[in-house]
Amino acid sequence: MQSLGASEMNKVMSNKLMITLYIFPALFLIAVLIIVPLILTGYYGLMDWNGIGSMTFIGMENYINAIQDAAFWDSAWHSLLLALFSTLSLVIYLAVSMILASKIKGADLLRKIYLIPMLLSSVAIAQLWIKVYNPANGILNTILRGIGIENPPSWLANPDVVLYAIFIPILWQYAGFYILIYYAALKNIPESLIESAKIDGANPLQIAYKIKLPLIMGVVKVTIVLAIVGSLKYFDLIYVMTGGGPSGSSEVMASYMYDLAFSTNNFGYGSAIGFLLLIITLIVTIIIRKLTASKEDIQY
Amino acid sequence: MKKMKAVTFLAAGCATAMVMTGCNSESSGSGDGSGDGEQKTIEFMHLWPEGSSKDHYDIVNEIIADYEEQNPNTTVELEVLSNEQYKEKLQVTSTSGELPDVGMTWPGGFLEPYVDGEMFAPLDDVLDEDGLRDSYVEGTTEAYEVDGSTYGLPLELNVAQVFYNSAIFDEYNLEEPETYEEFEEIVNTLKENDVAPIALGNQDRWTGSLWYMYMADRLGEDNLLNQAINGEASFTEEPLVKAAEKTQNLAANGAFTQGFNGLSDQEAKSMFMSEQAAMYLIATWDLPNYTTDETVSQDFQDAVDYFDFPTVEGKGNQNSYVGGPGVGLFVSEDSDVKEESKDFVKYFSEKWGEKSVSDAGVIPATKVNTDNVDLPDMYLEVLDDLNNADNLTLFADVQMSPDVAETHLTAIQSLFGEEITPEEFAEMHDEAIEEDQ
Repeated sequence: MQSLGASEMNKVMSNKLMITLYIFPALFLIAVLIIVPLILTGYYGLMDWNGIGSMTFIGMENYINAIQDAAFWDSAWHSLLLALFSTLSLVIYLAVSMILASKIKGADLLRKIYLIPMLLSSVAIAQLWIKVYNPANGILNTILRGIGIENPPSWLANPDVVLYAIFIPILWQYAGFYILIYYAALKNIPESLIESAKIDGANPLQIAYKIKLPLIMGVVKVTIVLAIVGSLKYFDLIYVMTGGGPSGSSEVMASYMYDLAFSTNNFGYGSAIGFLLLIITLIVTIIIRKLTASKEDIQY
Repeated sequence: MKKMKAVTFLAAGCATAMVMTGCNSESSGSGDGSGDGEQKTIEFMHLWPEGSSKDHYDIVNEIIADYEEQNPNTTVELEVLSNEQYKEKLQVTSTSGELPDVGMTWPGGFLEPYVDGEMFAPLDDVLDEDGLRDSYVEGTTEAYEVDGSTYGLPLELNVAQVFYNSAIFDEYNLEEPETYEEFEEIVNTLKENDVAPIALGNQDRWTGSLWYMYMADRLGEDNLLNQAINGEASFTEEPLVKAAEKTQNLAANGAFTQGFNGLSDQEAKSMFMSEQAAMYLIATWDLPNYTTDETVSQDFQDAVDYFDFPTVEGKGNQNSYVGGPGVGLFVSEDSDVKEESKDFVKYFSEKWGEKSVSDAGVIPATKVNTDNVDLPDMYLEVLDDLNNADNLTLFADVQMSPDVAETHLTAIQSLFGEEITPEEFAEMHDEAIEEDQ
């Protein structure tokens, strides 16, 4: 391709047939692997189906039931809480990456340490934290007892704290990912801008807030969307650590959907929940995009 | 040249897509290739891979070899998958109408959708042949019944027993209880001495359900629990509410390990096996841990013993067990070799009954004559218990439909966690059962 001149390239690209040919493979894959299953999920949601036998068409019944299902809204609330905490934690990640990017000693090593949780599989992380939270022998309660707290909570067994107890490993798991993204974005800021700010007498806080942050705002917006969408459809750690229990107190939308479809053989109802999950995620994404949209794009 | 490139890329893309979407139908070819009428092939799918269940795997191969020798016109083609993959494959092949001729199924709720979809063949004719039905332990074939027909031949049977560490019991001069009141005394003594009385991992929920099931089985006497599950009686009947209340009291009284609702059964098991808890209610699939498993310390194995769940308030019968069959064999309704398959499952289940306990430590669903088998004492005791069993109350999640079972299991966790009252617990069950019918 490199041997082609620019004009020749333009000629190829203006050929309708070529355009179609080039985008077809990707489009085909997306259609077969993503779009079609999405539509099918919505369609199964209209059925009374146990996943094995024959389906019966029941119209919108599953969707109506889902909207009136208190357990579903509980799980949706838990997912939203997770989204909220994930977004708030971005502030901490941003601060950490700013410090890392400001040429402190050992930044390289620290960056790698922060990335370690990303390299572990979710199941390994879950097993690790199950041990940490073990009410009798876990390291957390051992420390708490050591500093004189007599009845430390049974973290994963207590319906009031279990949700927050699980949030911590989830946030920990993704910290490295966001720090890496912010770090890369911060490293892209031209040194000259910061130099001139310093010459103008800006202190480090001002540089961070007034120069660096606006310059990486585009990246920050993307991470907000990633964090929120990722939280809304979050499943793995929760499924392994508590299975949504005790009594549904740590159930999120995706785990609720899984339980319905695969534990109770309500494939139709589970599909309806899955489809609602998609719609909720889409709506939230659109809202976030609207909220964070800004007309001016900062150039440097 | 340019066009060529685009076309090859496109072709490659399509091929990839086809491979990805087409892999399901490709890998599940059926075994009717030999259509000459002479040689028949039975496709048999099971879930005991050589790596994780070597003993099971070997017995299966032995039985098949014997069968093929006796029936030279029949070949049995094996496909072996691990548990979760097995379940997935069964579901996928069922929707595409390509179930194996013979396979394994779980009883109760798991079986139902396959029966509703008319995918499994009724096996009553097999059971009625040569009195096969009578060779099974009471209640096991019933677990595979849907609307009066039996769709599976049970292979395994497990009953729940209270295992205990006799070293700990001896230290505090405790003895096997016969009544619940004695049992409560034991719990209190252990608590006073700062020993965790009972290991329980109630995150898995069926573990807590065992306690309620036993309590309800004892207090409900003449099958009240089963009637309630079938919708013929109410869970709000006094004995069943009392069972829930007693279970809740036991939990509130600190009888179970701290934080039990957040512990998995695996964690509870390791507490019992590391002698951090004195008792542990679990089904007999755990027997190898306490007898033959060489990775477990001999001292611990010597110390472990078990007792039948006690009678409660003088009610119930210690010869009534909560338990259930594990996997069983099904024959596909659409099989081309249905008669041969039926003959094969009959042969298989008979031979399995003879070999499984001595060769793999699996208690079969068929009655075992304990006179001439060489087994650890604990096995012999359990087998004798089963031969003398008066009643088998099936595990709740086996007996109930999946929807009701889910309600039951959630309610169990809430009951143990004191989030609901015994009355609410009863009402949740009645509602779910009524909705289901």
